[in-house]
Amino acid sequence: MRDDEMLQPEFFPEGRKPGEILFSALMILLGGILLAALPWQTSWIDGRGLAAQPRTWPALSLGGLILFSALHFGQRLKATRTPGRWKEGLAWILSVEYIAYYMAYVWAIPIIGYLPATALFCVLITIRVGYRGKAIWIALAFALFVVLVFKAGFNVKIPSGAIYDYAPESIRYTLIRYF
Amino acid sequence: MELLAASLEIIMRWDVIAALMIGAIGGVMVGGLPGVGAPVAIAIALPVTFALEPIVGLTALLGIYGSSMFGGAIPAILVNTPGTPVNALTTYDGFPMTQRGEARRALSLAYSASFFGALFSICALMLLAPVLAKVAPMFGAREIFLAAFLGILLVVITHRGQVLAAAMLACLGIFLQTIGIEATAYTQRYTFGQGWLQSGVDLIVVVLGLFAVSQALILFMDKDKSYKLPHVEKVGFRAQMKDLWLYKRIAAVGSSFGVFCGMIPGVGEFMSQFMSYSYAQRTSKTPEMFGKGNPEGIVASEAANNSVPAAAMIPLLALGIPGEELTAMMLAVFYVHNVIPGPQLFSGQMDFVLALYLCLLLLNIIVVTFLFFMSDTMMKVMLIPNRFLGMMILTFSLIGVYSLRNSLTDVAIASGFGVFGFILKRLEYPTSPIILGIVLGKLMEDRLRTAMARVREPLDFIADRPIAQILVVMIVTAIVIQMWTLLRARRDAAKPTQNEEDQNA
Repeated sequence: MRDDEMLQPEFFPEGRKPGEILFSALMILLGGILLAALPWQTSWIDGRGLAAQPRTWPALSLGGLILFSALHFGQRLKATRTPGRWKEGLAWILSVEYIAYYMAYVWAIPIIGYLPATALFCVLITIRVGYRGKAIWIALAFALFVVLVFKAGFNVKIPSGAIYDYAPESIRYTLIRYF
Repeated sequence: MELLAASLEIIMRWDVIAALMIGAIGGVMVGGLPGVGAPVAIAIALPVTFALEPIVGLTALLGIYGSSMFGGAIPAILVNTPGTPVNALTTYDGFPMTQRGEARRALSLAYSASFFGALFSICALMLLAPVLAKVAPMFGAREIFLAAFLGILLVVITHRGQVLAAAMLACLGIFLQTIGIEATAYTQRYTFGQGWLQSGVDLIVVVLGLFAVSQALILFMDKDKSYKLPHVEKVGFRAQMKDLWLYKRIAAVGSSFGVFCGMIPGVGEFMSQFMSYSYAQRTSKTPEMFGKGNPEGIVASEAANNSVPAAAMIPLLALGIPGEELTAMMLAVFYVHNVIPGPQLFSGQMDFVLALYLCLLLLNIIVVTFLFFMSDTMMKVMLIPNRFLGMMILTFSLIGVYSLRNSLTDVAIASGFGVFGFILKRLEYPTSPIILGIVLGKLMEDRLRTAMARVREPLDFIADRPIAQILVVMIVTAIVIQMWTLLRARRDAAKPTQNEEDQNA
């Protein structure tokens, strides 16, 4: 083998990572369902050439998706299996826990305000992933930094919290505008 | 001279200089953090730049793009972990040098080679600019369709060992861009009667999900890594720069590979540094020292990968065709400001193009100066724990997604793509084909429809169009080479190895 070939990955990797077959199968399934919906979800306009048909590119791309997923499935099936398919699948599902926190954070912003929501999110996630003590204060400082830079500094479009309406009039505008 | 003055006028403003500084230093820090990388940072910064002028926003993004690889060399050399994927080859020789107590020399070589590569690339592009201004208008709808197709093809086939997975994901990207109301007959495609799907899948939302949210998930599900930072002695600026002189040939050839590969859509940093590294090894007096701490290896790798960003701007600016995910993200900034990259930009707004190159030049001077004097501070960035970094990325990514339209649906879509990107990263599949599928897929559909309106016979597509003919030849050549290489690899894999032959005997 030449030296430059040694630097590059194999064309046909021998091992199969856990979850590869599961992933390919899911992609074939997804492509199949979407392709089956093609007649209902796209239109065919009489008198137009193929390149101008709204149906052409979805059909081509979904055909390609199924074809390459199937070829990939077949290729990976031949490779030596590394056990742990369902454990890997479980890891995919477990990641959704953090997505739930993320969605809750976004949902809370228009209610409790950007600063309180960000502070809560940063602190709770920091605790959830296992840090204690000084890290929690750093997370709080980070939340304040983010709000000051982006909301107060760059004035990015993030809604103010409904809770700010109950604040004393003297600080209400400041809270709505900057925090 | 007038052109230069006009370009200088564009960039000599406090907001451009501020964007340059923030992008440059931010990019170095992002590159120095293993597990973040330029795509994550650009994805997060992208929606923020929409509120800025095109030159300011692009300067900040270019800053991150161009300087992250400088920063990525630091953990590659000091702790054997590349800061960005393109610094992987730097670990081969950088870390052994650190183990020998030559960390400072390795870092200096990486910085100076990166600086040389970037300057080489910018100079080459400034010289090429008049040629490009003449060639770009020769690209019509057919040529742009073929160039975009070539881009997709190259993105797929350069993912060696993952060609089928890359092709699958590129097709998924092309499909995603078809969702929504299409622009010619205003019919709905794959909206399933849902109002939120009518405007299609927003590129920024997909980018933030695939790069930022997914990376946060990866960091959350991983264990914290602790790095022991080696001692790096302090030496003067000149002493750090002059070491490169010993390896000027490698730096020049490596940079040429970088410029060449950067200009071709879909090829980029990986191919250029592999070519550069193998050239350096083949022509070295001590090839056996490669992978054991040969300074030539660092120079070859860093000069090649840092000469790509400027070159990658060529297909983007001249033809509107991004070559990889980072330039695809930058294309979004152009579109938001109604600045349409393509032949008209290159021939009509040359001062803007030159201003971007001057920004790149300034950026590299800022970065290399910063690194030569602040490496010690930069090293400390690596000490941020993984999962804390995940929390930071997720908090930043919200700003990007939510500030677009204050839409919970956008955040849900980004989260969906975040989980999808997380799965892809766990399986070590590439994410860039999806992004390029979305961007180039739309370009291909639009341009093919325009081109076919004037075509009666199939051969009319390329008749009397020399550039289209060249592109067709390049596409066919790329496919033939790929098939031939696959067949050869299959044949080699089927051959019994020496050990097996010995055992059989």
